[in-house]
Amino acid sequence: MASALPGTLPDAPTVPGPLEEFWRAYAQNRGALIGLAVVVILIALALTANVVAPYSPNEQYREFTLTPPMWSEGGSAKFILGTDPVGRDILSRLIYGTRLSLLIGFISVTISLLLGVTLGLIAGFFRGLTEIAIMRFMDVMLALPSLLLAIAVVAILGPGLVNAMYAIAIVLLPHYVRLARAAVIAEAGKEYVASSRIAGAGTLRLMFATILPNCAAPLIVQATLGFSTAILDAAALGFLGLGAQPPTPEWGSMLASALEFIQRAPWVVTLPGLAILITVLAFNLMGDGLRDALDPKLKR
Amino acid sequence: MLAFLLRRAALVVPTFFGVTLLAFSLIHLIPGDPVENLSGERGMDPERRLRLLHQFGLDKSLPAQYFDYIRQLLGGDLGTSLTTHEPVLREFLTLFPATIELAFFALLLSVIVGLPAGILAAVKRNTVADYAVMGVSLTGYSMPIFWWALLLILFFSVQLGWTPVSGRISVEYDVPALSGFMLIDALRFGEPGAFRSAASHLVLPSIVLGTIPLAVIARMTRSSMLEVLREDYVRTARAKGMPRSQVILVHALRNALIPVITVIGLQVGLLLSGAILTETIFSWPGVGNWLIHGVQSRDYPVVQGGILLIAAIVITVNLIVDLLYGVINPRIRHG
Repeated sequence: MASALPGTLPDAPTVPGPLEEFWRAYAQNRGALIGLAVVVILIALALTANVVAPYSPNEQYREFTLTPPMWSEGGSAKFILGTDPVGRDILSRLIYGTRLSLLIGFISVTISLLLGVTLGLIAGFFRGLTEIAIMRFMDVMLALPSLLLAIAVVAILGPGLVNAMYAIAIVLLPHYVRLARAAVIAEAGKEYVASSRIAGAGTLRLMFATILPNCAAPLIVQATLGFSTAILDAAALGFLGLGAQPPTPEWGSMLASALEFIQRAPWVVTLPGLAILITVLAFNLMGDGLRDALDPKLKR
Repeated sequence: MLAFLLRRAALVVPTFFGVTLLAFSLIHLIPGDPVENLSGERGMDPERRLRLLHQFGLDKSLPAQYFDYIRQLLGGDLGTSLTTHEPVLREFLTLFPATIELAFFALLLSVIVGLPAGILAAVKRNTVADYAVMGVSLTGYSMPIFWWALLLILFFSVQLGWTPVSGRISVEYDVPALSGFMLIDALRFGEPGAFRSAASHLVLPSIVLGTIPLAVIARMTRSSMLEVLREDYVRTARAKGMPRSQVILVHALRNALIPVITVIGLQVGLLLSGAILTETIFSWPGVGNWLIHGVQSRDYPVVQGGILLIAAIVITVNLIVDLLYGVINPRIRHG
């Protein structure tokens, strides 16, 4: 320690800001850190897919069909994770698939969050008939098993990647509506809302600027967990042939289109599935960590 | 008590009407009307089209069509499959036992394994056992089950040859479907090999379908147990010299189970979602497989009827769980 001059006071202990406090709580959870690290790597891969991927995801190397991964017999360093039945590089397809999966997660969660928060705020703020109508409708949606609801939506819109995103956004919707409504009802009676109202804040300002930031924590957690649901459901739809269509390098449809080769070339099926598992696991770890860090009730 | 039961049951009625509205609008939201779908690529002369529209009641106003639809539903008529020309309800009822059988064993497995695992994790908090249970259950919770099914088939069916790859029973046994539950029918059939075959066909699909519920139950049991173990009465029981195992299994578990039972009940939706994937992979002739075929072959009455029936089942089971919860926990009843 540098010697303090006589007469000067030692530094007052700094009070951590809210961000720093959050980070300290979050960093205590090792699983959450691992999840975050994996998510950061996946985002980096998705952003730089065209640079990182050794080949184009759709380029077919006909003389190298079903080459095993480099560590198994007959593999070559040219195709690190091997090739698929038409000779496309699996590593490149997986890297491009990261882009798709994160995009599916991002777009469906964003649509769902925006729509869900708005509906939830409206229901919680205006109460009465509006609330009943919105919440009953959400109950109907919750009565359908999630994948079934997604299938129903795809049946209406037709199969495809974009429609799968809409379907998943609809599936996720009730959770955000319920959370936002519950948070608004809890907050609306508090004094800061009343004082803001007296100060002349309009309805929209009260809803979005005054109340919403104070209900952000559960929504952030739910949005993170929504990513994993979205990625899993999109892969399941792809697997059932209702999501992304070949030759799109979406993990679920990659897996489905290689099913007949499962015995001869298990890697064409195992690797895309592993990619799904790792991604979903990372988001779930992150979501759990965020919940523990953001939920003051669980804080010790 | 009766007032509570009636109040809860009454809440379900609007939800159920909402589901019928959803199923009804499904057909109208799908591009092209049923008559157009019937006519195929060659088209249809306008006169015949009008006649068919009238025959199907499609020329009436939407509310009138909806009331017709509800009247049909109340009469047990869910339409006819476009591919098999069988009544949708009859097809569903024929296939549903296969799904129940699968879901039952999946749930049984998840409770038998998930409950003790959750208790163990809570009691041995922050030990290797706890981390192992939590790690495995988080992985199970994140599992793409269609992929998990393929891994299990690759290992147990292809490599080891222990379990069959698909179906409900080996083709050499022509077991007549009496109850629709293969295990019961095979047992009645009398041939010892038949029952063994049916049981071995159930193993992998049950594991696959039970994986996510197992993870959910283990996590829920752990957190519920941790909460209860902190309670004063648990400390009192320990302080008066009661053996630890008895405190955990008798005093703590009884209260910890209340939320767990709810969670188990809520798995029904998850099981039916999972059944769609599991049945597709194992060619299990249940309602999930049927529904996917319906979607793929654009058999809209099947999709519409299947969605309606499955939603009705989920609503009913959730209602029963809700009511049971009120019976177990008086605080809910009077809340």
